[in-house]
Amino acid sequence: MATDKPKLAVHKFSSCDGCQLALLNLGEPLLALPGLVDIVHFAEAGPNSPDETVDISLVEGSVSTPEDIERIQQVRQNSRLLVSIGACATSGGLQALANFADRHAWMASVYTDPENIQVLDSSDPISKHVKVDLQIQGCPVNSGQVIGVLRDLLSGVAPRPEVHSVCMECKRKGVICTMVTKGVPCMGPVTLAGCGALCPAAGRGCYGCYGPAEQLNDRSITDRFEQLGLDAQAVLRRFRFIANSAAGFKTASEGLRGDSDG
Amino acid sequence: MQQSAKIERQPGFLPRSDLQQLLDGIVQSGYQVLGPVVQDGAIQLKAISDATELVKGVSNVQEPGHYRLQQTAGERLFDWNHGPQGLKPLCFAPHEVLWVEQKDPLSFAARLPEVKPTAVLGVRACDLSALAIQDRHFLHAGGADPHYRQRREQLLLIGIDCAHSAASCFCASTGDGPSVNQGYDIGMSELDEGFLVWSGSDKGKAVLERVALTTPQTEQLEQMNSQSEQAAGEQQRKLSKPEELMRLYQRLEHAHWQQVADRCLGCGNCTAVCPTCFCYDTQHEVSLDGQSAQNVRQWDSCFSASHSSMGGFKVRGDILSRYRQWLTHKLAGWQEQQGRIGCTGCGRCITWCPVGIDLTKETDTILWEGSLDE
Amino acid sequence: MSDLHLPRTAIIDERIQESSTIFTLRLRFEDAAAQEVFEFSPGQFNMVTHFAAGEIPISIVNDPKDSHYFDHTIRVVGRVSEAMSKLQPGDRVGIRGPFGRGWPVEDAVGRDVLLVTGGLGCAPLVSVIRYLMKRRSQFGHLHILQGVKHSNDLIWREQYDAWAREPDVNVLLAADVVTREWHGQQGMVTELIGQLNLRHGRTIAMLCGPEVMMLAAIANLRDLGIADHQIWFSMERNMQCGIGQCGHCQIGAKYVCQDGPVFCYSELADLMGAKGF
Repeated sequence: MATDKPKLAVHKFSSCDGCQLALLNLGEPLLALPGLVDIVHFAEAGPNSPDETVDISLVEGSVSTPEDIERIQQVRQNSRLLVSIGACATSGGLQALANFADRHAWMASVYTDPENIQVLDSSDPISKHVKVDLQIQGCPVNSGQVIGVLRDLLSGVAPRPEVHSVCMECKRKGVICTMVTKGVPCMGPVTLAGCGALCPAAGRGCYGCYGPAEQLNDRSITDRFEQLGLDAQAVLRRFRFIANSAAGFKTASEGLRGDSDG
Repeated sequence: MQQSAKIERQPGFLPRSDLQQLLDGIVQSGYQVLGPVVQDGAIQLKAISDATELVKGVSNVQEPGHYRLQQTAGERLFDWNHGPQGLKPLCFAPHEVLWVEQKDPLSFAARLPEVKPTAVLGVRACDLSALAIQDRHFLHAGGADPHYRQRREQLLLIGIDCAHSAASCFCASTGDGPSVNQGYDIGMSELDEGFLVWSGSDKGKAVLERVALTTPQTEQLEQMNSQSEQAAGEQQRKLSKPEELMRLYQRLEHAHWQQVADRCLGCGNCTAVCPTCFCYDTQHEVSLDGQSAQNVRQWDSCFSASHSSMGGFKVRGDILSRYRQWLTHKLAGWQEQQGRIGCTGCGRCITWCPVGIDLTKETDTILWEGSLDE
Repeated sequence: MSDLHLPRTAIIDERIQESSTIFTLRLRFEDAAAQEVFEFSPGQFNMVTHFAAGEIPISIVNDPKDSHYFDHTIRVVGRVSEAMSKLQPGDRVGIRGPFGRGWPVEDAVGRDVLLVTGGLGCAPLVSVIRYLMKRRSQFGHLHILQGVKHSNDLIWREQYDAWAREPDVNVLLAADVVTREWHGQQGMVTELIGQLNLRHGRTIAMLCGPEVMMLAAIANLRDLGIADHQIWFSMERNMQCGIGQCGHCQIGAKYVCQDGPVFCYSELADLMGAKGF
């Protein structure tokens, strides 16, 4: 089908497919999307031409195998703009937890023939291997944010980045602070907004999926978590979770006393 | 700048069992009623139709970074002080569309909110003062904000004296409480056996004509006054005098700013719960088909990175300068802008700060400790 | 009650590329009646909306007597100005304004005026220079000092040359980095101030440029005996609403969008140059 519409590809690397699912769950905008772009590759949705040259590539997942490296370089070559989406693509994802440990020992404890598994020594964000034009954080990404970015790119406008903390989303929505009313440790104050305060709205503390806020005062929130009863290990795991290898959280966790279990 | 004149009280007595009469009077006057209820562990203003829905026998513990509700033995409905929000969200919406835009041909159209007449039951003195401050900001000459005005004009405010203070309260030192003295349509004071009720405006008077009030006893009036004194006496925190607070601008290099910045998370909670903070951000949201757009206003904070940014350069690039901006503006700059400090002593910034930073203590340290050339 | 948040549509009649990153849009309101009543003074600004990118403050640079149009000279510095650079004649934008306080042109009547600009295309000051030039007889001696980083950066060079040919007008140019063709001085624009023979009590100064440059210029002017209330400058802050409401542009108690953008030094002396204000 030849048109002059911009071409879009959605590529998957090491990931759970959750970000692709978030796009599929868009609802109405998903139906409008084919009117604006030619979706040439989006395996989860059907179109399957991974090698086509496109205007915009959305890339989900981290780079964790030698084959991933070759493939991401190919994707970069084929894409005018490359946008990494989600925690895996932007910071290595949950699987980057193995970066803090001996992954070969872990594999040996799980698989009978670990020598058959070809993996890199680390799970890397896309930006470690190729130039990335834009990053959209989240686990999964907020599909509304992805659509906003796509709209801006189609208009030739640089998207405006999110800069607020999750707390601001809570307060705008009237979500009651779980930390202040219940003493539940919450990463919201040091986490970038974008999710719409999903967890606090459900009465739980924020997991920090969207990565560090613009100003990350990890020492102060650590002190607070300890006052609320978390031990050093538990504090460490607040930082070392979904966005464990995002720059600020990684540095924060490496400076913590609980950093001993690998 | 003039403060609204203090309202003379001419209270009538409403027995506790007759509170529904007052609610009915309000509803019959055409208002929906927002009243205090407990939800998610905090006092919140929600739509109610029956007095039995109101929170009963509950008090609050408010300390730095700490808010808990407690059951009391009594029957009182207003023994707590407040929840995380005052009246701010009711007039200055946290998130709203200001206008919509069509691309071909380019055109703009205002989007004004549709607002029902709304009565708010149980408004505290600090929040009434804060509303007066926000009114001056959003309705001042030349800049009158139609969105704010639309909501504001629909409000009927039923104020209530505080009979107790929380540990984070300091309204007595700012002169804003603990008793309501201006800005309400109906005033109330709660006693064990019922309520003293009086009108504060013509709107309030019209509502009270539907309610059967009896003449209060002298002891009841005395109790109203003594409760107020007791609440003021309970306050553990206080703020320095306005003229003293102006000296914050001479102490911009005080070492304590850094000590606050070491604790501050830069999250913006203090600004979001502050009933006077007014900063907002506008976002331009274009529809996916690229044919229409909307201009959305949402609460912003001087703790956010974009607040002071100009083409990539941030005037305030760190937490220290952001906290200092917030405090100096609130307590000093505001005096020049509005003739009074931008704080009404509600203490929410202390209670709802995740790490319990205390505006009164930090201000005292910066004002009164260390030398000027530190 | 008018809604100051709501833009009105304006049409681009002309687009001039001034340099690789600076362009001028000549605009008029689509509604002729709105254009008819549109009045502004030099130094004031409009909030300009690009359909896809959003809104930014832009200074108005033409003469207030031009009743059929208004000009915006825009430098590409961010996402919105970048998008605006692609606009063409016939395209439409949204306009709110004019906002703010402009230059003290009334106070300058009968006085010498010193105009100091640092950096590329400082539109707010160019607007007042043009204003003074058009009403030459009302003002005394004019000193026009313009500094740029690189001598090739200077735009409107012919205009500076034309101004220099006028009687009682002194134009001095400075560039940090110069090419062989450069006729001006090498160095900083503030260094030129010392070379002037300013008449005390008769001179009013108007500055525009980066804050460090303006602070240096203010120090020089004060050394020369120019009074604080005779030193005026245009400030830049994050202006979003234009009406003293959104809070972003505050310097202490001042709203740059409403109390400024043009300020007198005595109004901002305490906080100017203080980090974080």
